[in-house]
Amino acid sequence: MDNSYEPIIVGFLCNWCSYRAADLAGTSRLHYAPNMRPIRVMCSARVEPQFVLKALREGADGVLIAGCHPGECHYVDGNIKTLRRYELLKRMLRQLGIEEERVQLVWAAASEGNVLADAVNRMTEQLRRLGPLRWRETVLGEDGRTVEHVDDTMAKEV
Amino acid sequence: MSEERVGVYICHCGSNIAGTVAVEEVSQWAAGLPNVVVSRDYKFMCSSLGQELVEKDIKELGLTRVVVAACSPHMHERTFRATCERAGLNPFLFEMANIRELDSWATDDRVAATQKAKAMVSAAVRRVIHHQPLQLLPVNINPNTLIVGGGIAGITAALEIANAGYHVYLVEREPSIGGHMAQLDKTFPTLDCSACILTPKMVDVAQNKNITLLSWSQVEAVEGYVGNFTVTVRKKARHVNEEKCTGCGICIEKCPKRVIDEVFEAGLGYRKAIYRPFPQAVPKYPVIDTASCIFFQRGKCKACQMFCPAEAIDFEQQDQILKLEVGNIILATGYDTFDPRRIPQYGYGRLANVFTSLEFERMVNAAGPTGGRIVLRDGVTTPKSVAIIHCVGSRDKNYNEHCSRVCCMYSLKFSHLLHERLPDAQVYEFYIDIRATAKRYEEFYHRILEEGTRFIRGRVAEVTDAARLPGEEGKLIVQYEDTLIGKQRRLPVDMVILSVGMEARRDSRELAQIFGLGCEYNGFFIERHPKLDPVNTMTEGIQIAGACQGPMAIPEAVAQGAAAAARVLSLISQGTVMMEPVRAHIDAEKCSGCRICNNLCPYNAIVFHEDRKVSEVITALCQGCGACVAACPSAAITGAHFTDEQVMAQIEGMLWDVQPQFAVTSTETR
Repeated sequence: MDNSYEPIIVGFLCNWCSYRAADLAGTSRLHYAPNMRPIRVMCSARVEPQFVLKALREGADGVLIAGCHPGECHYVDGNIKTLRRYELLKRMLRQLGIEEERVQLVWAAASEGNVLADAVNRMTEQLRRLGPLRWRETVLGEDGRTVEHVDDTMAKEV
Repeated sequence: MSEERVGVYICHCGSNIAGTVAVEEVSQWAAGLPNVVVSRDYKFMCSSLGQELVEKDIKELGLTRVVVAACSPHMHERTFRATCERAGLNPFLFEMANIRELDSWATDDRVAATQKAKAMVSAAVRRVIHHQPLQLLPVNINPNTLIVGGGIAGITAALEIANAGYHVYLVEREPSIGGHMAQLDKTFPTLDCSACILTPKMVDVAQNKNITLLSWSQVEAVEGYVGNFTVTVRKKARHVNEEKCTGCGICIEKCPKRVIDEVFEAGLGYRKAIYRPFPQAVPKYPVIDTASCIFFQRGKCKACQMFCPAEAIDFEQQDQILKLEVGNIILATGYDTFDPRRIPQYGYGRLANVFTSLEFERMVNAAGPTGGRIVLRDGVTTPKSVAIIHCVGSRDKNYNEHCSRVCCMYSLKFSHLLHERLPDAQVYEFYIDIRATAKRYEEFYHRILEEGTRFIRGRVAEVTDAARLPGEEGKLIVQYEDTLIGKQRRLPVDMVILSVGMEARRDSRELAQIFGLGCEYNGFFIERHPKLDPVNTMTEGIQIAGACQGPMAIPEAVAQGAAAAARVLSLISQGTVMMEPVRAHIDAEKCSGCRICNNLCPYNAIVFHEDRKVSEVITALCQGCGACVAACPSAAITGAHFTDEQVMAQIEGMLWDVQPQFAVTSTETR
C-alpha cells in the first residue's frame, strides 16, 4: 500500500456536545489527526443515512457521526434516534461490502475534547490500515452498472 | 450555475491561524472557486476594520453571500451576521468556516492544516449559495431564575436578583447555605470575622420573599433553552417537617448518636445524627443523617421524635421531585480542597500533627471544635513551633498546574493568628513565591514579615517523624531545600499545616453534562471568554460565578455573583430573546400523511390534520433538531438553515480534493 495514503473522514458533529468538544480540543491545543473534516448539524439526529452515503460516494474514506451521550441530548433523545438509524445503516453498509470501521458513531460531551480527539485519531489509524474505500469497485462492481439499484436502496428508513 | 456573488474572508487571527494555515494561499485559491467574486485575508476579521472590509464589499461589489473563515461560530458567528445586516444583507446569507479551533489549533502539520482549511472554505462557499434569508424568532423570557450553590457567590447573586424584584430558586446540596466561607475564621487581609460578615447575608436570603431556598436538594436534570428551562430538583428527605419545625434544637441535644463531622468541621469535630452544620445555619431546620441514625439503622430509638415539642420529626418523609420553570440559570457550585493524602511524603493522615488548612481554619475558629484553642491532635498540647507549607497540590505538574491564588494569603493570615494566640511559638512559612497581588495584600504581607514569622523559600521534600539528629525526637521533621542559600536542611517542629489548594468539584464534569457546559482539563467550568465574558457560558441562559470557574478569593466570588446577576437581570428586563430561526417546516403538498414524524418529535410540535391527512409543525414548539427532517420518506420536511441542499453541498465542498466515486452531477439532490 502507498505509505503516503491519508484517509479523509467526514465528521458530522452535533452543535451542543460534540462540536463544542471539538472546539474545546482546539482551545486546549490537543493535537489530533487533521483527517476529519467537520460538518456542524444541530443534532446528530439530523444526519440522514443519505448524508453518509453521499460522503462515501463523493470520495470520503469514512464518516464519523458524533453526538451527546445518551440521556444528555440537547433535544431529549435525538441521539437515541441516531443510534437506531446507525444500526440499520450499518446493516445496509455490510451488505454493500463496506467495512464496519468506515462509519462510526461516538458520544462526546462538550467537556470531552479528548474523547473526540481520541476517536478521530483511532478512526484515522483504522482507516489507514484499511486503505481507500474504492466505492466504485466495492459497491458498484467494475462496470458501475448497479448505480440505479444502489440509489433505490438509499431510500430513507426511520 | 448560480447567480450568487460570494465574498470570502480568511482571518489570520494574529498567528493563531496564520501560524499553521497558509492563509494567503487559501485566500488566493478561494478566489478561483465558482461564484466567488472577492477573496481576501486579513489580520483580524473580527476587528472593526475587518468588519468594515466586509461591509464595504457587500455594498460596492454587490455581494449576495459572505463566507468568513476564522474561529468557531460559537465565538463570532453573531459578530459577522451583524456585519452583514449593517450592510443590508440578511444575516443568514452568511456562513462561517471554523479554521481555528477545528484546524489550526488542532494540529501543527502546516500542509494538512492548509488542505483542511481549503476543504472547509470550499464547503462553506458551496453551502452558502443555498442559504435562504431568515428572520430571528422572539422568545419570551421566564423571569424566574435558578441558582445552584449557596456559597457566597450564589448568595450574592440571589440577593441581587431578588432585590430587583424577581423570583429566585436557590438550590444547595448541603443542609445549610454558607458554603466554604461559613467554615473560615478570619478573612484576609482585613481580618474580618468571616461568619460575622456572612451570616447577615444568609439571614437576608432566608427572609427575602423573592427567594425560594431549597437546601438539602440537588438538580437532576435540565431541559429547555434560554428563557424557558425546566429543571428537575430532588429535594432530599430531611425527615423534619419544615412547616412545623421551630428550629429549637432540642432534637439535636437529645440525639444519642455522635458522629465525626467530615464536612463542616473537616473531620476535626463531632455532630449528632440529627444535625445542623453550624448554629447559624440557614435554613434553621435540622437534617437526619440516615446512615448514622440509630432508628434508620436498627429500627429503634426515636429520641428526637419523643422530645420534639412541635412534632416535626417525620421518619416516613420521602424525597420530593420538583419541576421548576426558570428563564435563567446561575451555577455557583464552588470548589473542593485538594486532598493531601495524594502526596504521601507529607504524611497527612499518617502523622497525627499534620493538619490541612481547612482543619486549622476550624481549629482557630472560636465556634469550632476546640473553641479556638490551637492544639495538637491530642487536644491538649499547644505547639511551640509550626511549619506552614505552601502550594500543596498547586503549582505542581504531578497534581494541579494552576496556582490556587488564595493559599499565600491565608497562610500569612495563619501566621498572624498563631502569633496572636501563641505569642511564644515560632512560625515558619515554606513558600515558592509569595503572591500578594490584590488590594491591601502586599501591605498585609509586610505586616506579617514584621511580626516575626520566618520565611523559607523552597519546596518541602518530606515531613517525617523519623528522628536522625538530637532534638528531633518526638517532633515532625520538615526536610527541605532552602533555595536562597542552596542547602538541604531539616527543621523539627510540633505542628505542620498544609496549605491545600483549590480544585474543581469532584463531580463538576457530571454537573457540566447536566447543564450542557464545558469543563477545562482540570474540571473548572469554561467561561464564554476568559477576559471579556468571564461569567457567561457557551450555553445561552446559563452563567457561572465564583470558584466553580477557577480558583478565587471571596471578593472576586462576590463580584462574579453580582456580575452573573446583572447578566440575568438584563435578559429579564428585555423580556424576550431572539432565537435562531432553525425550525422545521412541512410542505403540505408533498406530505403523504404517513405520520412517521409525529412520534419522532421530542416536543410534540408536529400535529396531524385528520381532515386534510397532512402533518404540520407548530413553529413555536419546534426546537429545530432536525430529527423529523432526516426521517421524512417523502422529503416533505425542510429544516431551515440545515436543508438537504445545504448539507449535501457542504459534503461536496469538504471533498473537493478527492475524486467522486462515480459520475454524478454535483447539484444532485434526492
